[in-house]
Amino acid sequence: MKWERIHCAATLEHLALATEFVEECADRFALAVKKKFGALIVVEEAFVNICSYAYPEGGGEVALACGADDDTFVLEIADKGAPFDVLLLPDPDTTLDLMDREIGGLGVHFIRKLPDRVSYSRENGQNILRMVFNRRQGSMSAHPKP
Amino acid sequence: MDLQIQKESNATAVTITGRLDAVTAPEYEKKFNELIAGAETCFVVDFDQLDYISSAGLRVLLATAKRLKVKGGQIRFANVKGAVKEVFDISGFGSIFQMDDSVEAALANLPA
Repeated sequence: MKWERIHCAATLEHLALATEFVEECADRFALAVKKKFGALIVVEEAFVNICSYAYPEGGGEVALACGADDDTFVLEIADKGAPFDVLLLPDPDTTLDLMDREIGGLGVHFIRKLPDRVSYSRENGQNILRMVFNRRQGSMSAHPKP
Repeated sequence: MDLQIQKESNATAVTITGRLDAVTAPEYEKKFNELIAGAETCFVVDFDQLDYISSAGLRVLLATAKRLKVKGGQIRFANVKGAVKEVFDISGFGSIFQMDDSVEAALANLPA
């Protein structure tokens, strides 16, 4: 698999850098438009989570990698904060009405829902969130998972 | 992101252009807080020119709508479509907001 990588400070000012990187990679690897939109949303959600929670003392970095082969586009986002699996957070109740809906929890819902596969690992002192998008045509939202 | 405000006879119409994300969402919230503080109670938001929305964007839409509802106001969304519509649907937001196919329809659905 061919990979492109960047890293930057974990601050909101670098969000545009992160999303532009993913957009360029998605274009270069010819990801379908709907999948690309999903990838841009999840990179924002994961990036903002890292900016908000990974480094309570500040000063940390985010590493991004995009890779592709014939079948898949892979987006990995890593931080060196304390071990934390964002996928263990509960999903929001998306059926409540306006006044009962909580403000929050949606980011991880998108991280679970938009990629075709998502996984977390802790490797070499890093939290790595790996999101895989099928490059075949299909809906932006994930197909039923096995 | 850019917000254009137009005063209609029975509502304030807000056209949102560009991206509603973690960086621009606070700007949306600030603008609406100003308008609500200025005693505006009925809004139509036109999403026709909105290219992108994330959970941070949805959060401010929800926070603003809740604040307005507490004050007895109303907000309707027009032209939510394409990829933005899919984000609304996945989050369940498609069913909690009042949506219309055009600004004219949204204005017609508000009290005269």
